Amino acid sequence: MTAPLARPPRKNPVLRTRQPMLPPGNRSRVALGLTAAAARGKFELQVCRDCGTTQYPPREACHACLSQRLDWRAQGGGGELVSETMLRHSNELFYRERVPWRLGMIKLDCGPILVAHLHGDCAPAPTRVRVVANLDRAGQAALVAIPEKDTPNMADDRQLREMTCDPKFRKVLITDAKTALGQALVEAIVAAGADLVWAGYAEPWKKPPGFDRLSSLKQVSLLPLDLTNSRGVKDIAGEIGGRVDIVINTADHHRNFGIAARDGVEVARAEMDINYFGLLRLAQEFAPAMRARGADGQSSAVAWVNLLSVFALSNFPAHGTYSASKAAALSLAQCLRAELAPAGVRVINVFPGPIDDEWNQALPPPKIAPVRLAADIVEALRGGAEDVFPGDIAQDWLERWRDNPKALERELAALPR
Amino acid sequence: MSRQRAAYDDVVVTVPVTVPYARYSIHGAHWFLARALAELLKRSGLGKDKLDGLCVSSFTLAPDTAVGLTQHLGLTLRWLDHIPMGGACGIVALRRAARAVQSGDAEAVACLAGDTNHTDSFRLNVATFSQFARDAVYPYGSGGPNASFAFLTDYYMRTYGATREDFGKLCVAQRANGMNFPHALMKKPLTLEEYLNARLIADPLRLFDCVMPCAGAEAFLVLRREHAEKLGLPYARILSTMERHNAFPDDPIQYRGGWALDRDELYAQAGIGPRDVDVMSSYDDYPVICMMQLEDLGFCEKGQGPDFVRRNSFTVDGTFPVNTSGGQLSLGQAGAAGGFLGLVEIIRQLIGQPLGGAVADARVGLASGFGMINYDRGLCSGAAILAGQRGPS
Repeated sequence: MTAPLARPPRKNPVLRTRQPMLPPGNRSRVALGLTAAAARGKFELQVCRDCGTTQYPPREACHACLSQRLDWRAQGGGGELVSETMLRHSNELFYRERVPWRLGMIKLDCGPILVAHLHGDCAPAPTRVRVVANLDRAGQAALVAIPEKDTPNMADDRQLREMTCDPKFRKVLITDAKTALGQALVEAIVAAGADLVWAGYAEPWKKPPGFDRLSSLKQVSLLPLDLTNSRGVKDIAGEIGGRVDIVINTADHHRNFGIAARDGVEVARAEMDINYFGLLRLAQEFAPAMRARGADGQSSAVAWVNLLSVFALSNFPAHGTYSASKAAALSLAQCLRAELAPAGVRVINVFPGPIDDEWNQALPPPKIAPVRLAADIVEALRGGAEDVFPGDIAQDWLERWRDNPKALERELAALPR
Repeated sequence: MSRQRAAYDDVVVTVPVTVPYARYSIHGAHWFLARALAELLKRSGLGKDKLDGLCVSSFTLAPDTAVGLTQHLGLTLRWLDHIPMGGACGIVALRRAARAVQSGDAEAVACLAGDTNHTDSFRLNVATFSQFARDAVYPYGSGGPNASFAFLTDYYMRTYGATREDFGKLCVAQRANGMNFPHALMKKPLTLEEYLNARLIADPLRLFDCVMPCAGAEAFLVLRREHAEKLGLPYARILSTMERHNAFPDDPIQYRGGWALDRDELYAQAGIGPRDVDVMSSYDDYPVICMMQLEDLGFCEKGQGPDFVRRNSFTVDGTFPVNTSGGQLSLGQAGAAGGFLGLVEIIRQLIGQPLGGAVADARVGLASGFGMINYDRGLCSGAAILAGQRGPS
């Protein structure tokens, strides 16, 4: 059974920081279907629409009937571990630095044979396992065989931790800890075992209820941080930038206007200043240090989380300028993802449905509770996905958008403003 | 009912060439192929302008194919083939060339296989070996076929009771054979203790289970018997051959190769049985596949490989001589040349020109090929039964 992770010793500042290496990231375009699903936390395989055969590795045609009508469909992942090995040698630097590395060959109940990373708690072959698809450090889907039933300390498995962004023993910056979500997130990240949480707050003269409570947590360090202030962000990055393992950008400016209901651009500009330029300022100052620390020991720099909105996918006219600022932030986050990729630092975009807060007061339920959203963000860090859609509305809109984005645009336009 | 395949009549194979191997080389694949062809032409007495057919196998010839090689080496040909089938390329080259000569499409076909090995070429070759390997194996860290064969070995040992000592016996015997072979890169004898205690590579495989990538080339010449006789070349006759690709796709893991599908026809066409084989070359990048070839080519039943190994000895003077040059496990794996090496050694034994130890009274030889771990298993298998000029006893 996996031994619980031990707190890493303090970093020796004399030693050189190891450069981040990545697992091989080349894939054929058709194989990126696996990555597309894993990015949403799903394990999907190609299923032939004509003969029903499930296949892997991904192909351009069904190997049974040659049909090219192949759908990516979610899989249960149950199967038998047929054979295994412990790799002691690899020519690829990423693995060379990490062997021994356990691999398994699995026959899925639905037919295909997989090569997969093998969790340390799986019994020796032959045995039952379940297969999940995580993004690896290269940002590509990697199949992982885990025990059929959860085991204690499962997340601490050395190989699995190379594919997740678990906050345990890591240092986390939460850019806005004042909101209900921010406060819930600080508490959830502390509960998840983080070593240190910097709880950012702007406008110190406005103290929301509950905020003082955070400072009583010994892992929490309150940090004045205003993302509209370029100089301030630079100074803070100079102080703590080299130690931040996970950034969670919760700073969010939200007003309820479309175009016609409000004169001028001031409100829209304020939204952009936090939601878009705030992210840009933060990324310019914090990303370079994180890029250098992608392999900095057990608690390396590992993730950058953006609080976006499901409104980023398709404009919600009742919150029109806000939607636009979140769409801008989404686009910028894709750029950030590309720039952090060489370091293996994962950019996780969170697309919640309406949060149950004052700015969504006029929207009908279901709305996602800040505590629930905070728990979902922690879960995303512990998992293998990079795009998460918490809440029923987000899931509903995502399904509509994936099915037909134009239909969703019409549906959102028809909602009352 | 399938039609009886035509015999190879008086098509013969001759001039077995092995050029000295090198662990690493600064030369390109063309250099090794040129050297093999030069030696083949020199020893055959065939003028370069009399060669009208060429069959090439190489992993490191890119961006060239066999086409580029014609201009590179100044050859004007009327028959050309390129066979990217790794460990099965020797058998397949022989089959293609033999039919070309038999039909008259070519008079004399030189079959070449060779590769260079730069310091990083093995990693690069493995990384882009196939679409499935790139998408679904290489990202998991198994730099090369080590992990794939570790899976097969783990399964085979568990299922059929083979032990590390059984595989060790094969490897130790091959090394003993290789000690007499001038071109073997492995120069030190191997003991069973050294084999068993070697460094782990991918459990249960240890260092001496794995071939060493290197540079080198092999060649042979296919022509009609009267042509060989006119040139004064001793030759071997082709009794029968087989190739099979992607056999048994529903097996959850590879425990048998395509030989198991085609061996009855293989022996029937040769008019002999497994007992008549005097010397064998099995494809030996890892010993588990040697064991499978003993079973699938009918020398024992499926699952009886370990017992067969315990009852026999595999040195040149043993009860069942296998890989009498030392095989790839002693010479090194010179890329595609590894698919020729066993066949070339069988030709040498049958024409009485071994470079190392000679198998006494070798009349019939069987060479087997296996290649291309496209994803989870080797896809290509092939075999050829050859006879010396005296024919089966």
